[in-house]
Amino acid sequence: MMYSVGKDSSVMLHLARKAFHPAPPPFPLLHVDTRWKFKDMYTHRERMVRESGMRLLTHTNPEGLAAGVGPFTHGSNYHTDVMKTQALKQALDQHGFDLVFGGARRDEEKSRAKERIFSFRSAGHRWDPKAQRPELWNLYNTRIQPGASIRVFPISNWTEQDIWNYILQERIPIVPLYLAAERPVVKSNGQWIMVDDDRYPFKEGEQVVMKKVRFRTLGCWPLTAAVESDADTLEAVIAETLNARGSEREGRMIDSDEPGSMEKKKQEGYF
Amino acid sequence: MAQRDTNVLAFVGKQANRETLRFITCGSVDDGKSTLIGRLLYESKNIFDDQLQALESDSKRYGTQGEKMDLALLVDGLQAEREQGITIDVAYRFFASDKRRFIVADTPGHEQYTRNMATGASTAHVAVILVDARKGVLVQTRRHSRIVSLMGIRQVVLAVNKMDLVGYDQKTFDATVADYRAFAAELGFEGLQAIPLSGLDGDNVLTRTQNLAWYDGPSLLEHLEAVPITGANERADFRMPVQLVNRPNLDFRGFCGRIAEGSVRPGDAVRVLPAGTRTTVRAVIDGFDEVAEAGVGTSVTITLADEVDASRGDVLVAADAPAEVADQFDAKLLWMGEHAMSPGRQYLMRSGCKEVTATITGIKYRQDVNTGGHMAAKTLELNEIATVDISTSAPLVFEPYASNKVLGSFILIDKLTFETVGAGMIDFALRRASNIHWQALEIDRAARARLKHQTPRCIWFTGLSGSGKSTIADLLEKRMHAAGLHTYLLDGDNVRHGLNRDLGFTEADRVENIRRVAEVARLMVEAGLVVLVSFISPFRSERRMARGLFGEGEFIEVFVDTPIEECERRDVKGLYAKARRGELKNFTGIDSEYELPEHPEIHLRTAELKPDECVRRIIESLN
Repeated sequence: MMYSVGKDSSVMLHLARKAFHPAPPPFPLLHVDTRWKFKDMYTHRERMVRESGMRLLTHTNPEGLAAGVGPFTHGSNYHTDVMKTQALKQALDQHGFDLVFGGARRDEEKSRAKERIFSFRSAGHRWDPKAQRPELWNLYNTRIQPGASIRVFPISNWTEQDIWNYILQERIPIVPLYLAAERPVVKSNGQWIMVDDDRYPFKEGEQVVMKKVRFRTLGCWPLTAAVESDADTLEAVIAETLNARGSEREGRMIDSDEPGSMEKKKQEGYF
Repeated sequence: MAQRDTNVLAFVGKQANRETLRFITCGSVDDGKSTLIGRLLYESKNIFDDQLQALESDSKRYGTQGEKMDLALLVDGLQAEREQGITIDVAYRFFASDKRRFIVADTPGHEQYTRNMATGASTAHVAVILVDARKGVLVQTRRHSRIVSLMGIRQVVLAVNKMDLVGYDQKTFDATVADYRAFAAELGFEGLQAIPLSGLDGDNVLTRTQNLAWYDGPSLLEHLEAVPITGANERADFRMPVQLVNRPNLDFRGFCGRIAEGSVRPGDAVRVLPAGTRTTVRAVIDGFDEVAEAGVGTSVTITLADEVDASRGDVLVAADAPAEVADQFDAKLLWMGEHAMSPGRQYLMRSGCKEVTATITGIKYRQDVNTGGHMAAKTLELNEIATVDISTSAPLVFEPYASNKVLGSFILIDKLTFETVGAGMIDFALRRASNIHWQALEIDRAARARLKHQTPRCIWFTGLSGSGKSTIADLLEKRMHAAGLHTYLLDGDNVRHGLNRDLGFTEADRVENIRRVAEVARLMVEAGLVVLVSFISPFRSERRMARGLFGEGEFIEVFVDTPIEECERRDVKGLYAKARRGELKNFTGIDSEYELPEHPEIHLRTAELKPDECVRRIIESLN
């Protein structure tokens, strides 16, 4: 099961644990680590692995790491391709998984709206949106040819609102970054970027300020913008979400690099 | 806790309890379907600011509405669709009002996308069927309605769209509705609400407007908020297909699944089907907690009082009201495969959590989705719908689709490509299987074989025309006969002239040809004979089907491997010459494929072996 430490992953992990209780889920967690995640995310990851009793696999693209690939030096597109998309393929190939669970939802982005719950990938991990299997009722065809694999998105039909409601209802532990707190941020291209470690390349005139901010999604810290907010409890976050006028992926820079960009990334193997 | 937080908690509680209504929209490109859904999302404030900004820039680039925002672009997600302006796949959209949550399946309307529409309809409670007020009820409106009816949807909205383009004229609306009601009477809808509206301008989408003051019914959203959600029944008898036997340690054995119908409590008497074993529910676990009761749609783990045998695919049912079990069914089948369905071929069938092998034993009739007419058919092409007889390799626990979608639905999977090629709905079991039990004959195949002092077998020769199958089979039969074995040789000539006289050379007929030959061979093997079958049998799936009729080690596949150039050079019967001149159609190796055997028991390369040596090889390997 893909585990990105974010709120959707937290819900997925919780659902899996409930489904198999009293046994632990009979599969490992896989975290594709770009080495650019927030420090809080690494802390939370270790805690959840301890609590669930599940095995955690992590993978970082070794070539990317050796070449020092990062969002500041190589740009968001290249960084995401090398450290996430390519790294994921490497990890899947290395372990030979033929089925991987992911927490993607159809309401996140337009091309996701048409993706099946069981989404098939060719031996090269490519997604062909025109050759998807019809998916009727709750009957899933899980047969695949050797080398092919399936990505399964059990919470496809959940919305961002459902995720928050469920986290509250079940009291699911989440990374504190989702709740507002005073954090060191820099205004960059009109968005608040949190300076999570000393790798931030300050431009002329950029200054760290303390702001009460929170995050609606979590990814690599240089690529995930914070929003100013006073919502420091789960209830307040939900109240704010209800009135939100921006979609949660607004803070994600990789979605809008170029037209149809998410669809292209997915065809190439992005989760 | 602050006052605000208390309110949120109350709000979330209320929200979590809201029902979810799933609906499908059907209509062709020009009916304004995507615009209508875009309007629903837009007006119910389910579109965020950044999405609106993207929409504005997209509208300029791809839009068809001039300076106005093109709301259809919110829905048409894939690039190819935006560029071509059509909806080629099912897209799912989500929005909510104060009363309900909604999941919309937006599906394409063209006839070549019938399968996509059926996919969207399979999980929908309600269908919104769009018609263009200027055009009225069209052939495609009828097709959409028939598919919706077939997929078991009983609540329908006839959305007469583009009322703005007919001057909001009531007579136009009334005439369309009267037309539709007359046609739909036979489709078994329980609720049919007709609504005049304009997706482009928003009349009657969320709110009623002055333009349509003569209309006193609900707006589309008002209707969707109120329409009864029919589906799985809480009060029906308990049924739960077992997904997983959860056995973390010796002290715990739980059966996991989602309740398909009814509800369950500790202490309930249940049976495990198809075996019929009776036992009692000890505990019902929902998530981390034991619960006093769990209802339809809940995923639970159930522990039982006794150590009964149950595995994935079995179904737990109320003990005094068990479901039916059968292995032959009358069903509706929608064909989704690129290759035509031929009766006699084997497919994987998945129903509930069970996977079995299934064969369509006959097509009763094909249904024309445009006219509703019944037509005779030998094969089923992509997007065609038929009523068929289907038989399964193992008994299946089922309920008619009309009363339970979970236990009445199935999909068919191609055994080679693993594509999903068919979707089916069971109407009823054919009584033949359950009423006429196989007579347990005391004189069985072993007894007959003992009398003949031989091991009955089917030796199946496959290869191109002219490869030397019959020559080798002939010679082998002579040797066996001389050795005192009871044999029989089935070949194209003695079967084609009699038993299979009615069959031609189309793919469907070739499948049937092989099926009959294989069945005859099986009867003869049961009678104790050594049967030699010499048929081109070009398709892997037919050879596999034949193999499936025999026991372990009884079926010997002999691949007579002669290069086509050599076969054509020999051309004993002059057939290749004829085929090359175009006088023979569907000739294997020329204009019909020969699929090479993957794992034949015996592989004879005739370029290296004389017939004598071939026969010696076979006899050696049989011994």
